[in-house]
Amino acid sequence: MTSAPAAHHVAARPHIARYGAVAIGLHWLLAAAIVASFGVGLYLHELPLSPLKARLINWHKWAGVTILALSAVRLLWRLAHRPPDLPAATLAVMAAWQQRSYRATHRLMYALFFAVPLAGWAYSSAAGFQVVWFGVVPLPDFVAVDEELAELLKGLHQLLAFGLGALVIVHVAAALKHQFVDRDGLMQRMLPTVGR
Amino acid sequence: MTHSRLTNFGCVAAVAIVFVAVLTFAARAAAQPVATLLPADSEISFVSRQMGVPVTGRFTRFDAQIALDPRRPETGRVAFTISVASATIGVRETDAELPKPAWFDAAKHPSANFESTAIKALGEGRYEVAGKLAIKGVARDVVVPVALAQAGPRSIATGAFTIKRLDFGIGEGEWSDTSIVADDVQVRFKLALSGLPPP
Repeated sequence: MTSAPAAHHVAARPHIARYGAVAIGLHWLLAAAIVASFGVGLYLHELPLSPLKARLINWHKWAGVTILALSAVRLLWRLAHRPPDLPAATLAVMAAWQQRSYRATHRLMYALFFAVPLAGWAYSSAAGFQVVWFGVVPLPDFVAVDEELAELLKGLHQLLAFGLGALVIVHVAAALKHQFVDRDGLMQRMLPTVGR
Repeated sequence: MTHSRLTNFGCVAAVAIVFVAVLTFAARAAAQPVATLLPADSEISFVSRQMGVPVTGRFTRFDAQIALDPRRPETGRVAFTISVASATIGVRETDAELPKPAWFDAAKHPSANFESTAIKALGEGRYEVAGKLAIKGVARDVVVPVALAQAGPRSIATGAFTIKRLDFGIGEGEWSDTSIVADDVQVRFKLALSGLPPP
C-alpha cells in the first residue's frame, strides 16, 4: 500500500502487453528442451560406454539439432513480430545496469542457442560421427574428422553450454525477482493464458 | 607268399598313385601365380550403423595367401587372416571395447579367417569368390564379389559384402540390441597385390 511497485502491480497488470502465443509456445518448448538436453549432457559425460550411453548421446544430438532449428524459427519469428516493450512502470524502476544486463542476457542467450548446438554438431563430425537426425536425416559434416579438433570442440561445446546454463539461471532469477519481490506482474507476459 | 607279394605290390602301387597325385596337385598349385599382398597400400574396413549413423572402422593388421591366375580363376585359392585386435574406429573409448569378449574376444579368437572354396569369373575383371568366413569361432559361408584392376605392375582388388554381426556373436549381451548397433555390417576391401598376371 505504501510501496510504489505494489500500487503499480494492482493498477498496471491489466495493461501489460503480453508476448504472442507463438513466442510463448517456443519459449517454453525450448526452455524444456534446453534444460533436458543440458541435464542429459551432464549425465552422459559421466557414463562409461554402454548401449544406454549410445542411446543418450544420439538423443542429445537429435535434441540439439532440434533446438538449433527451433531457435532459428524463434529468431525469425521475433524479428517479424516485435516483442512487447518492458512495461513503463518496470522500466522506470530498473537501474541503468539492470537494463543493460537485461538486453545483454537476452542477446547472449540467443547467440548461445545457436553456438552450443553448432559446437556440439561440429564436435560430433570431428570425432567421426555424422549426425543423423532422429536416425533418419543425415546432416552434413562441416568439419573434417580430426581427433585434436574434436577434443577442442568438445571443450568449447561444454564451455558454451555452461555459459548458457549460467545465463539461464540469471534469467530465471530475474524473472522470479520480478514476480515475487517486485510483484510487478512482468512474468505474466510469458505465461500461457489461463482463465483468470 | 604270392598273396603277400600281391599285397606289397598293391601297397607300392597305392603309394605311387598317391605320390603322383600329390605331385600333380602340387604342380598345378605351383602353376598358379602367387600374389603378394602389399599391406601398406591395402585396406580392410567395416561400416556399421549406430542408431542410423554410419561408423567406419578398419583392421590395421592382416595378411593373405593368394594363388590365382585371373584367366583361370576356378583353380585359384585365396586365404585371409585378419588380426581382430587391430580393429579401430578411431575413437579411443570404443577401440578399447572392441577386443573385449562381448565384441571380438581377441584373447580367445585372435584372428578372423577367410578361406575360398570356389572362384568364379564373371567377366570384365569381375569375380565371385565363395568361401568360409570364420570370426570368433563361428564359420559362415559367404560370397564375395571382387573387381580386379591392373595399376601398373600391381593388381588392385576391390569389393564389399555384408555380414550379420550377430551370426558371429560380435556385440553380445546388452550390445546385441540392434536398435543401437545394426545387425548388418558391410565389409569393404581394397587390396594391392603384386605378382598377379594381368587379366
